Amino acid sequence: MPALGVWPLGLLAFGAPAFGVRACGAGEVRPVSVVRTAAGRPVVAGIVAVRPRAVAVGIGCLLLALAFGVLTVGSGDYPMSPADVLRTLAGGGGPAEDFVVRELRLPRVVTALVVGAALALAGAIFQSLVRNPLGSPDLLGFTQGAATGALLVVVAGGGSAALAGGAVLGGVVTGVVIYLLAWRGGLHGHRLVLVGIGATAVLTGVNGYLLTRGRLMEAARAMLWLTGSLDGRGWEDALPLLAATAVLVPVVLLGCARPLAITEMGDDLARGLGVRVQGLRLVLTAAAVLLASLAAAAAGPVSFVALTAPHLARRMTRTPGPNLLTAACVGAALLTGADLAAQRLFGDHQLPVGVVTGVLGGGYLVWLLAAQRKAGRI
Amino acid sequence: MVVTESSQLSGPVRAPRKHPPKARPAAALLGTVFGPVLALLAVLVLSLGLGARPMSPAEVWQGLVDTGSSAYTVVHEMRLPRTLLGLLAGAALGVAGGVMQALTRNPLADPGLLGINAGASAAVATAAGLLGVATFQGYVWFALAGAAAVSVLVYGVGGGRAATPARLALAGAAINAALYSYVNGTMLLDAASLETMRFWTVGSLASAQSGTVAMVAPFVAAGLLLALALARPLNALALGDDSARSLGARPALIRTAAIVAVTLLCGAATAACGPIVFVGLMVPHLVKALTGPDLRRLLPCCAVLAPALLLGADVLGRIVARPGELQAGIVTAVLGGPLFLYFVRRKVRA
Repeated sequence: MPALGVWPLGLLAFGAPAFGVRACGAGEVRPVSVVRTAAGRPVVAGIVAVRPRAVAVGIGCLLLALAFGVLTVGSGDYPMSPADVLRTLAGGGGPAEDFVVRELRLPRVVTALVVGAALALAGAIFQSLVRNPLGSPDLLGFTQGAATGALLVVVAGGGSAALAGGAVLGGVVTGVVIYLLAWRGGLHGHRLVLVGIGATAVLTGVNGYLLTRGRLMEAARAMLWLTGSLDGRGWEDALPLLAATAVLVPVVLLGCARPLAITEMGDDLARGLGVRVQGLRLVLTAAAVLLASLAAAAAGPVSFVALTAPHLARRMTRTPGPNLLTAACVGAALLTGADLAAQRLFGDHQLPVGVVTGVLGGGYLVWLLAAQRKAGRI
Repeated sequence: MVVTESSQLSGPVRAPRKHPPKARPAAALLGTVFGPVLALLAVLVLSLGLGARPMSPAEVWQGLVDTGSSAYTVVHEMRLPRTLLGLLAGAALGVAGGVMQALTRNPLADPGLLGINAGASAAVATAAGLLGVATFQGYVWFALAGAAAVSVLVYGVGGGRAATPARLALAGAAINAALYSYVNGTMLLDAASLETMRFWTVGSLASAQSGTVAMVAPFVAAGLLLALALARPLNALALGDDSARSLGARPALIRTAAIVAVTLLCGAATAACGPIVFVGLMVPHLVKALTGPDLRRLLPCCAVLAPALLLGADVLGRIVARPGELQAGIVTAVLGGPLFLYFVRRKVRA
């Protein structure tokens, strides 16, 4: 099996140990050694693998995201050059510039960066957990659950803080229900996918019903939220998300990244190497559901970022495994770029960012299908 | 009985059966035929009789035949079109589900879950929001085109014959998500289309008029006839392509015809009522318990039981949310979801 361009073959090949096979065939997996601690419990320890390509891609995407952010801050009714923006950020601007940058535009950009990274991280975790490149929280019902919670708040006439709370609560409750329903002597990828899809269908019906309950104004507001929008985001939206990701991201990256990469090679092998597979799945599912729900609370269920960012990361780094950190950087770049495009590309119309990611994501999906067709899978 | 039959070698040569033929006493056969029909009749009466103004069956009959009766307008203008639309759309969705499950050899195939109804609704949203089409005659062609495009797409993406349930369902979910965000986008651009589309995208029989029924009927009828004609070839296809070919069937032709039938049925039903999920999934499973897997019995039975289910959901929606009503699409989604989860937990083993 050739190493490059193989993963489209693995697309949709549900349950096949595609990652593991590829990893071995490409010879890219760094050696993993099992050592015994003093307590005698085997733990997995590996050489800290620094892949130059992955690091370069991650840093590149991060810089791209920041560049998009600076451009977004500099554009609008009060245009500023990137140099001015940077000067103001560093504290050298006048009071007017200071106000525009720090109070009006910076919160939106920070929200975009963090939401993009959180969604991409959640997507990368789920795609790895269910071992299917299409397994992202938007398709598995978690974001639909967040939307149901938020819509309930909108129909009840709550404010935006209550809406965010409703979204997080809805997402977490849905996550728990799906997890329990999919649990049967352990959590397995197939069942999580199918239960999630069933839950998505039910929740879509419920969401449609809630939309018909509200008055037209409320429905329009709910619709804007459902599409995913960053309009008018202030520090009160950005800060809770920042705080939560600051806790969750280290847990995922430092605590779970390596066992997750090992688990992709199969449950039995992972167990043999000392990974507690079910515990790992529980922690990661909880973290990914929280990340997706918090992102949805801040910006609405922005579609397709969670699906495409991990794919792009994997293609660009040419590295097997979940690529968690790179995926997060790619997600941040994607969302800030999409937000810039949504604000500026369509003349006077300002589209919600979700429309842009939806169209881009749909196009990406079609391209994937075309790639599959070329590969002779269809 | 079986033993004696197989031991009599002098008799006419018979294809060996996998399972001994089940005894089919007349009572069971009667149950298969009359059970669904009775259920449908009961639901029809309920659907005509229940509503903001409850009527007894006698009053309904008066309203149906007597132009002078006080119930005439209610029955003819509101309840009858709604009931007939439920009948047509239910039959269309149920048979489409049966054909899809046979075509994909996949117990989880459902036109709603696989995004075919969403394809039709995305096309209708385009027509309503961007092109300003507002009549059903305009909608239906868009809906058919959307349904056709998505059926080909999802069948291809899901891996065609090699599809596993999870793979196909996931491909459908991805297409559903893409189309859902597209429909949301068109609704956002135009408040007027939001006002109509937010009711339509739920899936409801409430907007039925006699004109709609007359427009849907030919498409559904054509789709049903095609599907019933395909029952036998699809049975052959269930044995695998090679066996089917040796039985004289042409797999490519059958698949194309089956996709055309599904497109006609789903496109017409969606144009009239909006996207409705789970009817096409539930009914064939329920019917299979009655008739066994033979499509020649299964599909007609679906065509009877599915309207009973859809109209039942509609009636239930009218009862539980009085004085308002719950759209049929929501009732089927909420009731169908648990059944889907039950199938998943029972059938899919790790």
